[in-house]
Amino acid sequence: MPHAALDLNTPTADEVKTTTCYMCACRCGIRVHLKDGRVRYIDGNPQHPVNRGVICAKGSAGIKQHYSPARLSKPLLRTGERGAGEFREIEWDEALALAAQWLGDIRKRNPDELAFFTGRDQSQALTAWWAQQFGTTNYAAHGGFCSVNMAAAGMYTFGGSFWEFGEPDWELTKYLMLWGVAEDHDSNPIKLGLGKLKARGAKIVAINPVRTGYGAIADEWVPINPGSDGLLAGAFIHELLRHDRVDLDYLVRYTNAHHLVIRDAGAADDGLIARDAAGHALCAARATANDSTDGGDKGAGTILARADAIDISPLVVGEYILADGRTAVPSFQLLAERFLADEYTPESVSARCGVDVTTIRRLARELAETAFDQAISLDQAWTDAHGREHASMRGRPVSMHAMRGISAHANGFHTCRTLHILQMLLGAIDTPGSFRYQPPYPKSAPPPNRPGKSRKDNGSLDGGPLGYVQSPEDLLVDADGQPRRLDKAYSWQHPLAAHGIMQSVIRNAWAGDPYRIDTLFMFMANMGWNSSMNTMGTRQMLCDRDADSGEYRIPHIIYSDAYLSETVAFADLVLPDTTYLERHDCISMLDRPISDADCAADAIRQPVVEADRDVRPFQDVLIDLGTRIGLPGLLNDDGTAKYPGGFAQYMVEHERAPGVGMLAGWRGADGSRSGFGEPNPQQLKRYVEHGCVWEARVPDAARYYKMANRDYLAWAKSLGFVGSTEAIVMQFYCETLQRFRLAARGHGAQQPPESERERVARYFDPLPFWYGHLDSSGSAGEADYPLSAITQRPMFMYHSWGSQNAWLRQIATRNYLYLNPRTAGTNGVGDGDWIWLVSPIARIRVQARFHSATAPGTVWTWNAIGKRKGAWKLAAHAPENRDGFLLNHLINELLPSERNSPGCANADPLTGQAAWFDLRVRIERDPTPQVDGHRIEMNETRAMR
Amino acid sequence: MTSLPAATTRKLGLVIDLDTCVGCHACAVACKEWNDGGSFGPLPDADPYGKEPSGVWFNRVHSYEVAGIENRESGVGEKRERLVSGLAFPTPDSPFPVPEPSARPIPDSPFPIPAHAMSLHFPRSCLHCETPACVTVCPTGASYKRAEDGIVLVDEDKCIGCQLCAWACPYGAREFSAQRGVMQKCTLCVDRIYNETLDEADRQPACVMACPTRARHFGDLGDAQSDVSKLVAERGGYALMPEFGYQPVNRYLPPRPRRDASCAQAQPAVEAIDTAQLSPLLRWVDRVLSR
Repeated sequence: MPHAALDLNTPTADEVKTTTCYMCACRCGIRVHLKDGRVRYIDGNPQHPVNRGVICAKGSAGIKQHYSPARLSKPLLRTGERGAGEFREIEWDEALALAAQWLGDIRKRNPDELAFFTGRDQSQALTAWWAQQFGTTNYAAHGGFCSVNMAAAGMYTFGGSFWEFGEPDWELTKYLMLWGVAEDHDSNPIKLGLGKLKARGAKIVAINPVRTGYGAIADEWVPINPGSDGLLAGAFIHELLRHDRVDLDYLVRYTNAHHLVIRDAGAADDGLIARDAAGHALCAARATANDSTDGGDKGAGTILARADAIDISPLVVGEYILADGRTAVPSFQLLAERFLADEYTPESVSARCGVDVTTIRRLARELAETAFDQAISLDQAWTDAHGREHASMRGRPVSMHAMRGISAHANGFHTCRTLHILQMLLGAIDTPGSFRYQPPYPKSAPPPNRPGKSRKDNGSLDGGPLGYVQSPEDLLVDADGQPRRLDKAYSWQHPLAAHGIMQSVIRNAWAGDPYRIDTLFMFMANMGWNSSMNTMGTRQMLCDRDADSGEYRIPHIIYSDAYLSETVAFADLVLPDTTYLERHDCISMLDRPISDADCAADAIRQPVVEADRDVRPFQDVLIDLGTRIGLPGLLNDDGTAKYPGGFAQYMVEHERAPGVGMLAGWRGADGSRSGFGEPNPQQLKRYVEHGCVWEARVPDAARYYKMANRDYLAWAKSLGFVGSTEAIVMQFYCETLQRFRLAARGHGAQQPPESERERVARYFDPLPFWYGHLDSSGSAGEADYPLSAITQRPMFMYHSWGSQNAWLRQIATRNYLYLNPRTAGTNGVGDGDWIWLVSPIARIRVQARFHSATAPGTVWTWNAIGKRKGAWKLAAHAPENRDGFLLNHLINELLPSERNSPGCANADPLTGQAAWFDLRVRIERDPTPQVDGHRIEMNETRAMR
Repeated sequence: MTSLPAATTRKLGLVIDLDTCVGCHACAVACKEWNDGGSFGPLPDADPYGKEPSGVWFNRVHSYEVAGIENRESGVGEKRERLVSGLAFPTPDSPFPVPEPSARPIPDSPFPIPAHAMSLHFPRSCLHCETPACVTVCPTGASYKRAEDGIVLVDEDKCIGCQLCAWACPYGAREFSAQRGVMQKCTLCVDRIYNETLDEADRQPACVMACPTRARHFGDLGDAQSDVSKLVAERGGYALMPEFGYQPVNRYLPPRPRRDASCAQAQPAVEAIDTAQLSPLLRWVDRVLSR
């Protein structure tokens, strides 16, 4: 416009609608500004508890995702060979009838012949329920490939976890320790928090092989060697114990550090917690004048007492005689003995960690100084779970955050547990200034729900397919101890696989190990590309045929995605999903709500624009399919569809238990109830009126010590988050693990097969310990593959499927292999050279760039920028296809069988977490390093196994 | 040639905190999105799904490794100077400043830094200079500086696409759109900040509203009592390359002193137990704890 008439009051939108972002897992509140029926722009919702109005690069670029040319537009039926990407468009009726026929036949025959795996797992409350109704145990989301170690270690240790179920106390913490690659999850809340910390002058320490992102603004960068974090944390514990800088009062009040552990080598209860006849855990305590010293008394002035008794003085060291004459020691002593041992001295760990002794000592000292010498006290009265009143809240202002960098190692579960033990020793869980739980957490450690095992008369499973096993009896194994699940989750190979093992599904289905399936049904899980290890082998398996029958080894593949991702080409039937702006969604308290430490919150998505293509929301499709095959819970008694209105109706009307549904807000006929209450037909309307989010503030007196705060526990119980107001005891000593170890030692009805005994006995240690990466290199030693190789997502693309995004790809159209100039020099590599990166299973040709802020023993790249030609509607010569690359090609999905059970996943032996940060590589020079071009060369002997 | 107003009533501008910028590009994309559909849009993209996608961006984030920054409390002034010298003169055909030996920008934002030195994320947009050469070189009057608030704008109807302004601007803030044949640039979201159809709280530049670490601030830098002016005073905010004499209005806040090993206190003498003589567990035997 001519500026003589510059109009600065042009209305920016005809209408503004709120909804919830889906460009990553952060789930920020957004405002979608609509003009002339199109999205004009998207910004952050200032009223939203997650992002307070800010929005990241992905969130703003959502408009380009919504209008992406790579969107699918019609159901597709494969016409060519698998992988060729040849389809014909079909109508929804035909697509759904075909899927219903395959699925219905399976359900009649054997529901486990369906493997149903989802990638972006934000609808788990629906998808897991659907799988349960279908009756298949073969269901999971992508947690096994992502961060189950972090989640499971937290759940089994203190009934919460980093990231989703807890956060640093951004207002009060004075010291934040960021462990490992952590930039990728909870992006806006962490950035908002870091801004606050910087303004207050709190110290931020980044322990990470690579300094980027948050590490760049940290006060201190500790370039650690990948996978050695548990060793460094162990050395911190060593130092704290050696200098007696631990909060013993905190330990005996809130953890089981004082619980007595039975010492009776060879007995069936060796290593379990000593209990009285009624099953109450016991501790040793100082006798007072009133105590009888009969019975369990040993030595002057000590008694055996119920460990949950109050106003006692528990003992944390010493050997005590139980009523039956056997000895027991407090679990604290066992932990202290372990970490005071020489293997955890700073001198012992320094070389392996790549961190000098002085720095280790100083950081341990800083943790202690902050926790103890700079302790804070909040002038807030509170009542503990036992009814005792306290005038103030003492705070240990040290907080920690960890995510994928800790998780994605085969030692990730124990490493994460080590971090939580470190937090407990500092008295720094849910106190002012420390790490804080987010409601509905804490829950008991572990939470009480076990995975469903058997089928009811109506064919449904007796529990959700995923849960927390507590003893060998909860495993999904057959009479011979062999896996019942296709991915071998909850088997003796990976007993605590709380998120399933998505990365094993295709290989196991192809190999028929443990059995063959009929249909692989995937939703937004790009398992034909960046969500698989040994990607090229995986792609071959999807296309492989039986030599005898000539049929595909995986007979049917159904895939639902909104976009033309790499996996689409492998589907027999493609069910096109909508974009996130075209559908209802539910961010439910039943799976992964958006609470922060001071409020419980759940949220919805509402369609803000109508789809202009022949696509349907996946959730609607799932309900439709379930209705067609008559799944329990989806039909009325008269056989008619219960939810003809699709997912929006289900979100409001479905009840898991009386009064408990997908959404916690505005329940009850009049919308006046929270947590519990009958379905409210106006519920979605209320959500929309409130920015698509519901919040319940934690009462002031309930904000800290949630695990043992009467006001918190009563509040949480009133909302259905916990079943009782009893204090939640943190598992300093993880007795659950010992139960599995005892089974491996020959005790109990359910024991591991011979081939797994040694492995279970070693890794199911009730105290955390450190071990190096499992030997995925096979007979080749570490010397042949001297470098660690890791990946991370850039902040502007994390979780965004962003390479197709017209704006985000202008920030980075390709990735490089980054390495320290010293490492480059050792290998004769120049900045910008094309080189070969070699692992035991493949080699890839990649372009190297110098990066001084990388630990010398590590190379790294941005993950998932590299794309496969033909996908995402990118031009054939797009840099993502031509020069970009995945490290996945180099990662073995199996451990070498010469030293392990055949078909054992390259994963954490406890949880099945993909050990993709354990990758070891070497560099080989290319004869023409200046010639561009990425190439993948598989080791011929290894593609499929 | 285009003349400048003798003085502006206000000096609206941005204050950008380099201490908290994590280089996430949120500001750049929010800017792109708002302005693409705004009064000064579109901001065209060329070859968006092809070999060399490129487009008009009013705000770009560059990442540098900066060697030799001291971490001492007293080093602020010295640091500032060295930071500035690390951000050297950009050339018109490259959006990226040519590095000096101490700074090494990488176009696609991996953040090279020598160990124990610093990485720096640097958002770059028009600084709305008080005496901008980009305006005075304009042969048509298309580039102009508003008297009421100091914002530098381009009137597209008068722009002939000669690009003299881009050559005149030492900060690389001008974005030429080949598709539209006109020069484009940061408007400080002038179509937001006065827009009465928006809630008052939303009348801020899109980049400021988006910034997840709240590293961006907007206000009147001509008013010593404004929040932004106070912030600049408190944190030692500086103008970018003032030696050129164009008197930028925007200010950058330097990184705060980092508290790493160099500021650790001397190890206090702690009496650690001699584990060779006694079991370290013994000290806890007599500890009276309460549950």
